[in-house]
Amino acid sequence: MTRTIRLTVNGQEHERAVEPRSTLADFLREDLELTGTHVGCEHGVCGACTVLLEGEPVRACLMLAVQADSRRITTVEGLAPAEGLHPIQEAFWARHGLQCGYCTPGILMSVSAFLRERPDPSHEEIREMLAGHLCRCTGYHFIVEAIEAAARALRSSASDRG
Amino acid sequence: MKPAPFEYVAPATLDDAVGALAGEGGDAKVLAGGQSLIPMLALRLARPTLLVDINRIAGLDGIRESPDTLEIGALVRQRDLERWAASRSALFALVLRHVAHPPIRNRGTVVGNVVHADPASELPALLLALDGAVIARGPGGERTVAADQLYRAPLTTSLAADEVATAVRFALPPAGAGWGFAEISRRHGDFALVGAVAVLARAAGGPVTRARLAFFGAGGTPTRGAAAERILEGHDPTPARLAQAARAAADALAPDDDIHATAAYRRRVAATLAERTLAAALARCGSAA
Repeated sequence: MTRTIRLTVNGQEHERAVEPRSTLADFLREDLELTGTHVGCEHGVCGACTVLLEGEPVRACLMLAVQADSRRITTVEGLAPAEGLHPIQEAFWARHGLQCGYCTPGILMSVSAFLRERPDPSHEEIREMLAGHLCRCTGYHFIVEAIEAAARALRSSASDRG
Repeated sequence: MKPAPFEYVAPATLDDAVGALAGEGGDAKVLAGGQSLIPMLALRLARPTLLVDINRIAGLDGIRESPDTLEIGALVRQRDLERWAASRSALFALVLRHVAHPPIRNRGTVVGNVVHADPASELPALLLALDGAVIARGPGGERTVAADQLYRAPLTTSLAADEVATAVRFALPPAGAGWGFAEISRRHGDFALVGAVAVLARAAGGPVTRARLAFFGAGGTPTRGAAAERILEGHDPTPARLAQAARAAADALAPDDDIHATAAYRRRVAATLAERTLAAALARCGSAA
């Protein structure tokens, strides 16, 4: 038995029939072919599948696709502008904030919401936020540095805009 | 893993939700935030035939504050309460920061966490320490279940399968009462190995008038430190008395051995955390909560 849902993903409307047991993560990857959202543990621990729901980070594996009916989702594919990289992606690239990259899309989505709320976070706040994202390459030092660099870049572009 | 197949309904009223639960003969589950239920489905620890999604029911998303109680509706996310607490309650703000991670708190509900009854979770212990209660609606109407009567076993409450928990109510600490909260976990946001929350009120510079202590991660259910409460109430809270109370409460616990820690370790940490949280509560007595 399927249900038809209509939702907005990265600014684009989609209408699909889904099984109730399909998670939002599987729906994004398999139905919409947006494979930037990674699936790790499938029970909310690893953070790889983190996406934005109405601008707030959520685990896409802990939400059913049917629950996303009429909601607005942003995935890592929606983070970058049409050309180039988002400043957070730039910072991760410049500071070696990723190794295998499996955990990266989830971290990028969490960081985008985190820096909106805390434009100038402390080291400790960054580490507390990152505790919700498992990096098995354990490159956490560079990830923290990348987030600090991203915060600086976003603050200076905000002050440029006045 | 993926969840096994189930049917899904998203009723618009509480009566319809209760009706849907009652019609499924115990094989239906309420879906609110889903942050505990969906992992159980994915691991196939739970295999309900029907999910009753209550997210479209109006009127369950309120945080209602009165001078002595705080009532939180079933659709209030942990993050909503965390934001409310930022300017209103240092105790709730600190406890909520320890509940999982922001992406989980954005979806997970306060009520869902309380009735999921994970023995290592923070909010059920806070409910015990604050003489809280759960308000539930079933086919026979509404009832209030005191926290002391709620927790039966790991992941098991005294609520019936056809009841929807519609709100939790915390009794706020009386004016001048102090509190303490501490937990030990391997990483921030992990389930606690052991944790404790304490509330103390005393007559100005005199004996303790009210003591509450609750543990989490120290047995099959969140547990009141009743022995400590008895030792403290009516007596001057000297450091020796706090230590005696903490030891008595920890001795009464029946923690489990598991892959994360031994029972003996948990009991020892519980005694230390009890003493620390009681001392913190005492230090805060008389100042604004």
